[in-house]
Amino acid sequence: MIQIRPRENKSNLLSAVTPVIAVILTMFFGGILFSFLGKNPFEAIKLIFWDPLMSETFADYARPQILVKAAPLILIALGLAVGFRANIWNIGAEGQFIMGALFSGAIGLAFYPSEHWFIFPLMITGGIIGGVLWAIIPGILKSRFNTNEILVSLMLVYIAEQALASASIGLLRNPEGSGFPGSRNLNQYPSASNPEIISGSGIHWGVVFAFLAVWFFHYLLKNHKFGFHIRLFGDAPRAAQFAGLKTEYIVLLCFSISGALAGVAGMFELTGPAGAITIDFNVGYGFTAIIVAFLGRLNPIGILLAGLLMALTYVGGEISQFMLGIPAAAIQVFQGMLLFFLLSIDVIVKYQISFSKTKAISNKS
Amino acid sequence: MTLTTANLLQISNVTKRYSTVIANNDVSLNLFKGQIHALLGENGAGKSTLVKIIYGLVKPDVGDMILNNKVYAPENPKKARMSGVGMVFQHFSLFDALTVSQNVLLGMDKSISHNSLMDQIVDVSTSYGLPLNPNRIVGDLSAGERQRIEIVRCLLQKPKLLIMDEPTSVLTPNEINQLFNTLRKLSSQGTSILYISHKLEEVRALCDTATILRNGSIVKSFIPSKTTSAEIAELMVGQKVKPTIKIKSGLKETVLQVRNLSIKSKNTFGTNLKNINFELHQGEILGIGGVAGSGQDELLSALTGETNLEKNTLLYKNIDIGWMSPKQRREIGLLTAPEERLGHAAAPEMNLIENSLITAKNGHGLVKSGWINLSKAVKYAEDIINKFDVRTDSAKNSAKNLSGGNLQKFLIGRELNQNPEVLIVNQPTWGVDASAAQFIRQALLDLISKGNAVIIISQDLDELLEISDRFTALVNGSISKPQLTHTLSVSEIGLMLSTENRTGLEA
Repeated sequence: MIQIRPRENKSNLLSAVTPVIAVILTMFFGGILFSFLGKNPFEAIKLIFWDPLMSETFADYARPQILVKAAPLILIALGLAVGFRANIWNIGAEGQFIMGALFSGAIGLAFYPSEHWFIFPLMITGGIIGGVLWAIIPGILKSRFNTNEILVSLMLVYIAEQALASASIGLLRNPEGSGFPGSRNLNQYPSASNPEIISGSGIHWGVVFAFLAVWFFHYLLKNHKFGFHIRLFGDAPRAAQFAGLKTEYIVLLCFSISGALAGVAGMFELTGPAGAITIDFNVGYGFTAIIVAFLGRLNPIGILLAGLLMALTYVGGEISQFMLGIPAAAIQVFQGMLLFFLLSIDVIVKYQISFSKTKAISNKS
Repeated sequence: MTLTTANLLQISNVTKRYSTVIANNDVSLNLFKGQIHALLGENGAGKSTLVKIIYGLVKPDVGDMILNNKVYAPENPKKARMSGVGMVFQHFSLFDALTVSQNVLLGMDKSISHNSLMDQIVDVSTSYGLPLNPNRIVGDLSAGERQRIEIVRCLLQKPKLLIMDEPTSVLTPNEINQLFNTLRKLSSQGTSILYISHKLEEVRALCDTATILRNGSIVKSFIPSKTTSAEIAELMVGQKVKPTIKIKSGLKETVLQVRNLSIKSKNTFGTNLKNINFELHQGEILGIGGVAGSGQDELLSALTGETNLEKNTLLYKNIDIGWMSPKQRREIGLLTAPEERLGHAAAPEMNLIENSLITAKNGHGLVKSGWINLSKAVKYAEDIINKFDVRTDSAKNSAKNLSGGNLQKFLIGRELNQNPEVLIVNQPTWGVDASAAQFIRQALLDLISKGNAVIIISQDLDELLEISDRFTALVNGSISKPQLTHTLSVSEIGLMLSTENRTGLEA
């Protein structure tokens, strides 16, 4: 039988390098996957990890794209990490991302075509509110009726997708769009758009916001009472109660924070890279951010690095798709592998696994 | 009662020492065939050690055992089972996701086919009145049904001696009756049962003989049906050495009042509190005794503020504080230390600095407008470590890495360092080594000498009688009127602890 026991001397160094080991293993097994698809594995790996940053052909396009893709991942993952640290599992950031975009889009479009300075800030607020409202549903259900937040938040993603589809063919459809689904393009509406701050850099307000959020959450979690409460609740909920915290308060707060960040990420995505509300507006940032959060060890600085890495695989994946014809699904498998290896190495770092031939005797001793 | 004189197990002069503590001191005991024999005693009296010796989990330092006229010295539980000794533990070891029969199969020493095992399970369970469907998933079963699996698992090996460790602590009254019928049936067919309990009424209803252990030695064996609960309690308590009487000029001002407090327990197997009334005065220690599961947890969480209270059931200096959160209560000077150290009083993965923040008041400047002042927090934790002699190489050690005694010193110290007006502790010295226990008791005595007040909830009667000014007991969720400790006779204490004058047990 297999015995799994917690290791007594946990190696801190080892736990810091596990993400690196996971990346290397993913490259190795991903390479095997690509070679099964009849592609040259070395070239594929190079296209994914090296060329977006260094090759002359791609770097000009790819480097800004990495920032554009990393920003929503980092924002969402930061919010998720706060909840995960408290053992509160919001899996539905994708839905909150959509709702943030819908709320902010609706606000922006309501003012069309008047130009005011306050429209953009109002849209940011709307994005936050949309995300929070969608996230607070599983929070309330959990704290009131003890429902499973994983299931509820996940299922709400599918409802949000339906709402998105409905809005893009109904309420928010472009009246001048000759009947095509999708809203007006906000990029052509200066008060509601989020263009690059420095042209060609990829840096838009969402990227700035993401970096500021990393810095803010780093100090919040480390040195603020709030971060302490989150960690306390995650480690020993009863001790948190004893300290005077209400479970309901922590649950709702964690959901609100992750909802707010996912919502605001949706807002920046809508006003910047995406431009318009469309049926396929969401591309899975909310789910990939779960990988980013864990890859970054639920730590803001780690999440920054993990978000950049994950964005790299997105951009590199696109390049390898059109250079080598690697299917998009294979790139998703590749990203999934990363989480898989990270979690499995975690088990090996935290636990000692031994195999013995003796039969299980469950009459405890 | 079965009158057989045939010996099953003879234990002679067994002694077991753990470094400084004698768990069993020269214990000799005879078990007869078909007898239900109760083993009684307070926590730490040596019951578990004795039973573990019989089941092969612990080896005695001195002494020997004879089972069925053969020398019996099991090296491990498997050998014990092969010799015909089975044990049902207080905590079950079952896999929730597996069926009843799969669970039984996993625990079998001999290999056996699944089908014939199913038949045997049905056989055994019907013939002993233990209704059990072998195909059910364990996760869906009640505690009583789970216990039946453990019993059936033992019975399949046809034991001559069945050891039951506090079997009724997780059962409903109905399930208890069912269990008693099974045990009576087993005994009538010649199986001996060693029954560990501290519920006196149960022992009186079920057992043929009872033996009381105190401080590792046998006090007396007697026939429980011919002895009153009060007499038994008195034997368990023993002739306590009376502490030097503290001369007090009457009781001082009341600081805390509990009035008609009734609470329904949040826990399915918890105990409801029934109309509790008492007062706590300045400069006194009020000791609350009682066996485990009498409502201690419920009482503590009512006092800490983790349970919501009705109006005017808890008054602090004549002000209703029932609505206050634990944090607000701390700020006005009412501090608590729960029984469960890891997970309730402390967060296991967090270090001592962070753990000191759990209850530290804002007044210490540790937290300023939400931001934690790390250097002050480190100093604060180190201050507790130095003052209360916590043995740890650094304040950065996580709570789970400290020994029970050291962690408890830290946790009690964490509260004492805030100079509480009222301190409420539950089991302050449970699982703590003797010297740390003495240290903690002294620290509590020092606190009241300054005029502050302490409530100690404890199952250690010696401790309560040693340091408390007034004594009362929690029995089945209700409390008797506190009495001055030094005026109480042993039989009065026994009566306070017994259930006779309260709700009886249906058996």
